[in-house]
Amino acid sequence: MAHLTPTPALEPGQDKTMILNMGPQHPSTHGVLRLLLEIDGETVVRMMPDIGFLHTGIEKTCEAKFYHQVVPLTDRIDYLCPMTNNLCYALAVEKLLGLEIPPKAQWLRVMLNELTRINSHLVWLGTHAMDIGAMTVFLYCFREREDVLRLFEAVSGQRMMTSYFRIGGVALEPPLDFFDRVRKFADAFPSKVDEYEGLLTGNPIWVMRTKGVATISAEDALALGASGPTLRGSGVDFDLRRDMPYSGYENFKFKVPVRQDGDVFARYMCRVAELRESIGIVKQALDGMPSGPVKANAPKVVLPDREKMKTEMEALIYHFKIVTEGFAVPEGEVYQAVESPRGEMGYYVVSDGSAKPYRVHMRSACLANMQTLPKMCEGRLLADVVAAIGSIDIVLGEIDR
Amino acid sequence: MALAPAVTDIEQLKGHPAVARVAGWNPRAVEGVKFDRDEMTIYVERSAIRQASALLRDDPTCPFNYLSDITCVDWHPSEPRFEVIYHLLSIPNKERVRLKVKLSGETPALDSITSVWPGANYFEREIFDLFGIRFNGHPYLRRILMPENWEGHPLRKDYPVEGYR
Repeated sequence: MAHLTPTPALEPGQDKTMILNMGPQHPSTHGVLRLLLEIDGETVVRMMPDIGFLHTGIEKTCEAKFYHQVVPLTDRIDYLCPMTNNLCYALAVEKLLGLEIPPKAQWLRVMLNELTRINSHLVWLGTHAMDIGAMTVFLYCFREREDVLRLFEAVSGQRMMTSYFRIGGVALEPPLDFFDRVRKFADAFPSKVDEYEGLLTGNPIWVMRTKGVATISAEDALALGASGPTLRGSGVDFDLRRDMPYSGYENFKFKVPVRQDGDVFARYMCRVAELRESIGIVKQALDGMPSGPVKANAPKVVLPDREKMKTEMEALIYHFKIVTEGFAVPEGEVYQAVESPRGEMGYYVVSDGSAKPYRVHMRSACLANMQTLPKMCEGRLLADVVAAIGSIDIVLGEIDR
Repeated sequence: MALAPAVTDIEQLKGHPAVARVAGWNPRAVEGVKFDRDEMTIYVERSAIRQASALLRDDPTCPFNYLSDITCVDWHPSEPRFEVIYHLLSIPNKERVRLKVKLSGETPALDSITSVWPGANYFEREIFDLFGIRFNGHPYLRRILMPENWEGHPLRKDYPVEGYR
């Protein structure tokens, strides 16, 4: 929302360029991104992204809430991967508290995180393909996304804003038939990925629109702070889940897809391969799901069970205290990063020893990834801008916070 | 799991590659160190931040080749009021380090590190917008999230949560 009046520095004799305003209500900007494009005919000479239209001041709001009240706010940052944000915030506060999480909760978190990744990638694939002109893929992807959302609804009661992870574990035991339903989905899903790939990967139109388009080198991507598939599509083999594991990811075996070309097609191939790897992790989590509690044994932090609260004096007191005055967190600061579907999602939480966070900062993967857009698009055709935006998979809610 | 107390003695932390590198370059650039909850923090002198970050980026043994994040904390009303916080990541060594620069509340300003990491651009603009800290040498220091004609800097602690009515 910053530069309302563009002032492009035009060289003398270059008055053949014009300024084109793209967005904020352009369908391919996936939200409310505004791009100021200086174009020479069909070629983009300069690009200036303009953001802030979705800024809601979540970081400021967090400072006025108790620690446990922040969890629902984290859903609303990136509405396509709520569980990843829940997880990252919960991990950060747990690290501040020095809290240990029971294995079942960790595995549940991993499983749901990978389902979230699938959910997010399906929205990306559908909308990205639709931007480029392949309408059918969208319908296919949303068919499977519906299945994932039903699983979320079963486990948390909500389709999108799940708020299922809590500081110290997860909100409640999943319903009885939940794991069977997840397994049914996990068994059916790989063949669905084959269907998407059948529609796109070998499709000559798709290949022409994506191969060699919006390329970025590994050096540029690193320097500009890109992460996730945007970075791996340029040949940098780095995935936080494998290289700096959190929440028990070290117990899972999976490959990190890397492509060398750095174009839209490479990023597409990375994400589609990630879909397959994610479903593999979900299956591993189902096979090895430990038994035991889903909440840490920390009565001062974790809300007691409903049944206990009604029968035990002590549990009732803790419940009352947590709800009315929160829980104090020892002084300190923590930066916790997780691999979100878009890259490195980081939470920096500062505590001053009180029951409210002194500062919560979200490191948005999209904000950094978006800085690569001008590099990708400048000197290329206007129509490729749409492909480039789709390929970095931006969510404006996360950029603007 | 009990929390281990934070270590702040620089002699004990010399083994960390980032501490060794910055302290070896210029001991006066390091105002302090802290190792807490498995995270390393180096307090860097205000004028040394650009050189320190370039130094860490080009470290031959442990290159901190990725800038994860820049953010700021307002400690109003104490002085120095602001802390600008840089999170660096070494992708080859899988190591993180946090650099901190303390700034006074009166006309807070420091060097921009966009010449070292072009990716710092939006992060610094965000801090300028929400905290009102100037980054000298930034190529395009304008508000990024708030409207151009907005008054005040919303993430400062003396700015009310509900905004000015």
